[in-house]
Amino acid sequence: MGLDAPDAGTATVNGRPFRDLDWPLREVGALLEAKAIHPGRSARNHLLMLAQTNRIPVARVDEVLDRVGLSDVAGQRAGKFSLGMGQRLGIAAALLGDPGVLLFDEPVNGLDPDGIRWVRNLLRGLAREGRTVFVSSHLMSEMALTADDVVVIGRGRLIAERPVGELTAASAGGYVTVRSPAAAQLRTALEGAGASVGVEPDGALSVRDILAPAIGDLATRLGVTLHELAPHTASLEEAFMALTDDSIEYRGENAPDTTSNPTTPTDATPNNGGPR
Amino acid sequence: MTTATTTTTEPDRLVPARLPPGRYSLVDLARSEWTKLRSVRSTLWSFVIVVVLGVGVGVLATAETRAHWATSGHGGFQPIRTSLIGIDIAQLVIGVLGVLVMTGEYGTGTIRATFSAAPRRPLVLVAKTGVFAVVAVVISEVVAFLSFFLGQAMLTAPATHATLSTPGALRAVVGSGLYICVIGLLGLGLGVVVRHTAGAIGALVGVLLILPIVVSALPSSIVNAVQRYEPLQIGKMMITVPTDTGVRAILRGPHGVVRHVVLHGGGGGTFTFSPWVGFGILCGYVVVLLVVGGVLLVRRDA
Repeated sequence: MGLDAPDAGTATVNGRPFRDLDWPLREVGALLEAKAIHPGRSARNHLLMLAQTNRIPVARVDEVLDRVGLSDVAGQRAGKFSLGMGQRLGIAAALLGDPGVLLFDEPVNGLDPDGIRWVRNLLRGLAREGRTVFVSSHLMSEMALTADDVVVIGRGRLIAERPVGELTAASAGGYVTVRSPAAAQLRTALEGAGASVGVEPDGALSVRDILAPAIGDLATRLGVTLHELAPHTASLEEAFMALTDDSIEYRGENAPDTTSNPTTPTDATPNNGGPR
Repeated sequence: MTTATTTTTEPDRLVPARLPPGRYSLVDLARSEWTKLRSVRSTLWSFVIVVVLGVGVGVLATAETRAHWATSGHGGFQPIRTSLIGIDIAQLVIGVLGVLVMTGEYGTGTIRATFSAAPRRPLVLVAKTGVFAVVAVVISEVVAFLSFFLGQAMLTAPATHATLSTPGALRAVVGSGLYICVIGLLGLGLGVVVRHTAGAIGALVGVLLILPIVVSALPSSIVNAVQRYEPLQIGKMMITVPTDTGVRAILRGPHGVVRHVVLHGGGGGTFTFSPWVGFGILCGYVVVLLVVGGVLLVRRDA
């Protein structure tokens, strides 16, 4: 949006740098952060002052207020709005110019389940209308429901760009959760059989590169009791984690130890630039 | 037969949107800035406070003078200056308002919405400055003229009073309004450069009130060279009239020729600028601040 100067590279919209657009709001709509609003200004006046910059008719202000469901509180000061209402106002601002390209940064932040579903339907609806809708989010399960294509960026680099289905299928192909009283013995044997094994905080093993039946057979041969043997297909979240394993900026201390995925070698060096 | 064979699998294509000819302009941005200015209650109240304080202090000071007219000496009485004394207070309020018009956008994050809608930032600054200047000059002149007329009306005989046709009076009244308007713009300019409300107000108070104190403590050769550049000093020259002496009437010569005798150092001297030169210098400060601010706007992340 030309708000922050890039360290390197360029960004263009419809082939032109954002700053050179003739009618920025009519070409790109953006929800950047909720509540980037003067608390003393009413929702309607906030949208009106934005509309006027791009010569957008006043009637359009009421249209978008209606579309996001804020018509009843349009005259109220935005400072009194809840997080969800602020989010809706931000979305209204993005829609103001009826643009072909829309950018939403964390659109469901602070919304209740009803609001989340509303945003999901809105985004899909906008895409159906022929618009390009970019959504950045850390909520992988939400993205799995909403997005067609996924772009994974970590440490400022493009890691993956492909349809959601392909991404999850191409990922490690899932893993198997294994619980056993003799976990350590089983782990050694599994690694000996070529599997990569991670230990969850609760002691469960997450096993990759070997299928559940083979694990069961191995356990039987060893005479080890299994308490759980649960295969998982990769979710978008897991595919994301696998892809960005070496580019996590801030890692929680108790993050699951899934270090041995062959496609993503671990990198212990400090990282800059988080996953988007 | 009709040719109703179009497939409806493709969505209605809106892209590329039909855009109006031309490009968003200064006029569009000025409209937006006007909406911003009038749609925040605190801004409206600040303008009301400028008027109430500016006029009110002048009226109080004049009433006080008139009430004690009989018992106090008034050889150096300045009816014009007395009625305009509220300008000294009003300049601070309008200066702070100028700061807030700019820093309020940064503090609330509105600036990011503004620059997303209009990425040509210097143009936004020009629109904002222009709209604020127009509103500020109207309010400022209202304060100046209202103060003057109310004050002079209160100075009933035996107290002396001035009229707009008194030499220098019109200039002082118009100048008072222009002076506080420019101080408002000075505040706006500081707001662009500093971006934080507290810091910008601090800078404003520093330039207006602290700087003169510091300068006056310096050797007189430096005071003489520097003092005249202080906004406050320039303002003093713009507001006061050298001939603004209450005893003007008795100085009329036998042929009705007014002999201007400066009885009171209302200003004027080797080490001061004349009112309009001073005003030019003050405007120069604002222009420099706004140009620097404009360059910083483009360079810095919003």
